[in-house]
Amino acid sequence: MTDIAVDLKGVTLTYGAFVAVKDVDLKIDKGSFVTLLGPSGCGKTTILRSIAGLVTPTSGEIVVAGRLINDVPIYKRNIGLVFQNYALFPHKSVADNIAFGLKYRDVPKADIERKVKRALDMVRLPGVEKKLPSQLSGGQQQRIALARAIVIEPDVLLLDEPLSALDAHLREEMRTELKIIQREVGITTIFVTHDQEEALAMSDRIVVMNHGLIEQNGTPEDVYRMPATKFVASFLGQSNLMAGTIAATGNGSARITLDNGASIEAKAPASAKAGSKVTVILRAQRLEVGKKAANGANKLKGKIAATSYLGGTAIYAIDAEGLKLQANTIIDDQVFREGETVDIAFAPSDCVLLGEDDRRLV
Amino acid sequence: MQQTRFAWYLLAPAIILLAVLLVLPIAIMAIYTFYEFVTAGVEKANYTLANWQEFFTDSYYHLFLWKTARVAAITALACAVMGYIPAYFIWMTSFRHKWLLLLLLIVPFWISFTIRTFSWIHILGEQGAINVTLKTLGIIDSPIQMLYTEGAVIMGMIHFLLPYMILNVYVSLEGIDRDLLSAARTLGCTSAQAFREVTLPLSLPGLCAGLLLCFVLAAGSYVTPQILGGNRDALFGNLVYDTIMEQLNWPMGSTLSIVLFVLLGIVSAIYSRYMGLSTIFKGLSR
Ligand SMILES: Nc1ncnc2c1ncn2[C@@H]1O[C@H](COP(=O)(O)OP(=O)(O)OP(=O)(O)O)[C@@H](O)[C@H]1O
Ligand SMILES: [Mg+2]
Repeated sequence: MTDIAVDLKGVTLTYGAFVAVKDVDLKIDKGSFVTLLGPSGCGKTTILRSIAGLVTPTSGEIVVAGRLINDVPIYKRNIGLVFQNYALFPHKSVADNIAFGLKYRDVPKADIERKVKRALDMVRLPGVEKKLPSQLSGGQQQRIALARAIVIEPDVLLLDEPLSALDAHLREEMRTELKIIQREVGITTIFVTHDQEEALAMSDRIVVMNHGLIEQNGTPEDVYRMPATKFVASFLGQSNLMAGTIAATGNGSARITLDNGASIEAKAPASAKAGSKVTVILRAQRLEVGKKAANGANKLKGKIAATSYLGGTAIYAIDAEGLKLQANTIIDDQVFREGETVDIAFAPSDCVLLGEDDRRLV
Repeated sequence: MQQTRFAWYLLAPAIILLAVLLVLPIAIMAIYTFYEFVTAGVEKANYTLANWQEFFTDSYYHLFLWKTARVAAITALACAVMGYIPAYFIWMTSFRHKWLLLLLLIVPFWISFTIRTFSWIHILGEQGAINVTLKTLGIIDSPIQMLYTEGAVIMGMIHFLLPYMILNVYVSLEGIDRDLLSAARTLGCTSAQAFREVTLPLSLPGLCAGLLLCFVLAAGSYVTPQILGGNRDALFGNLVYDTIMEQLNWPMGSTLSIVLFVLLGIVSAIYSRYMGLSTIFKGLSR
């Protein structure tokens, strides 16, 4: 019980008639780094704001560090929030910005100075105490915002797309930095992003959301390799979705007749029943093209419809007898061009089956 | 280079207008201050310092200046206090049609300023709305003297200047990122503390600009004291009017106008130097 830092129980939040967050249940382990991932408007920020107390859930309970905080006013919650645009106080020096939360926690003056210094060391920006936020670069401002949030030793650190205002190069650097700092401090972190790469790279767990609902909550590997729903499969990475009907099952696998007539074999859980309609999900990276496809288990013939040459890899749009597929492969001998006919293949173990409700069969 | 020249072309009409209609008349007035006053309506171009000497030695003028500054300062401060609250309200309200509220601020400008000032006579006068009401209710026996007092003058000026104050404060409030307030709240501020730490300091540039504008406009006002004030409530602007229009003493009248012009100029200059800092703060809040 004690190792759960944040526990959302049936949290629903509506703006007028619009339901922004629907009946969300979410447990977050102490010290973990959890990412809320989803398209714009899916309710990520709303969840963060309700944990911080900036909006009040319509129903449900929010428990932080074992304390029900629904009725605790914002300023008495011990939560660190970092905004997308930093929200540093422009009229206060860096030191005053960082000291702000400490001042309102009645920390003695001498301690404040020491803690501010330590926080600046932690974000690797020593000696900028006297500067104004506007005298710092975007990345530096982001670090100050982070320092300001962690210096109060919050129960949980909430980061709302903290990297999206930075340029691509800086973003990658800050990504690593942020993860290192989070490990050092060991602070429970909820990170919001709509960038899947960021989510996969940084998280202990990823919570994929859509339309105010949680679609999947799992480790990055789980979410990537075993998408729980059609939405997760199409939102994360490039996937091929192939509709078909199960012809026969047995031995942990199923023979599936695809809608274009092709027959394939796929790994299947026990709940897969012959005669039921399924969608087969296959990552574009798992579809072999050309020579490598010669002795695959599920072998098809396809015609290259389009080629995107990326140097080390190539992305092919392939028409396999009416089935539109995408392959993202490492180029080992030759690049195929539009109009060429190629062998394609994939392994039964790389297939994930979704039932008629678009959820993974388990 | 090309661009700077183009900018000058664009500026030229405004500069020419300002030069002909503003700088030139003021320069002529400045020359007049050195003319000699012969008798009502007659002056001679004998260059003399007599007018300036009179101004610097006669305490009558100094008292007028002092009174004008006092009344203008009271007006500006009253506008600040009374204007901040509606500006804050307009900023904070979740009412969808904010533009309507802002439009309401501009509506008074659709009616002539003089007529608006006259309307106070029907409110404050002996037979005005307030006195009649109080009398009918039996609260007073004889009408209270409200019109033709300094209070009435200040009231009239507040009435005319308040929209300027509200708009100035509103504009600077509108520039404040609301996430700053959320940040302050999550860091431990109550909403009152967040107002003191964030909203107030970041809206100071607008408040200061409003104060300056109200002070200068009040100090230069002439119509309001003329209509709503008694003889004792005349301000410096009325003194200038009297000197020129009643005594027909153009040299002295010019001297007094130049004095007011220079003093208000100095106030604005000092103020904007000091304000320069706040403007930087405002620029910082991006
Ligand atoms: N104050 C509000 N009033 C009405 N609707 C709101 C309000 N705030 C958010 N919404 C709506 O709630 C939904 C969820 O908003 P939220 O900000 O949580 O999305 P998000 O997942 O953070 O999106 P983004 O990635 O764009 O930041 C959106 O559709 C938004 O339009
Ligand atoms: Mg958001």
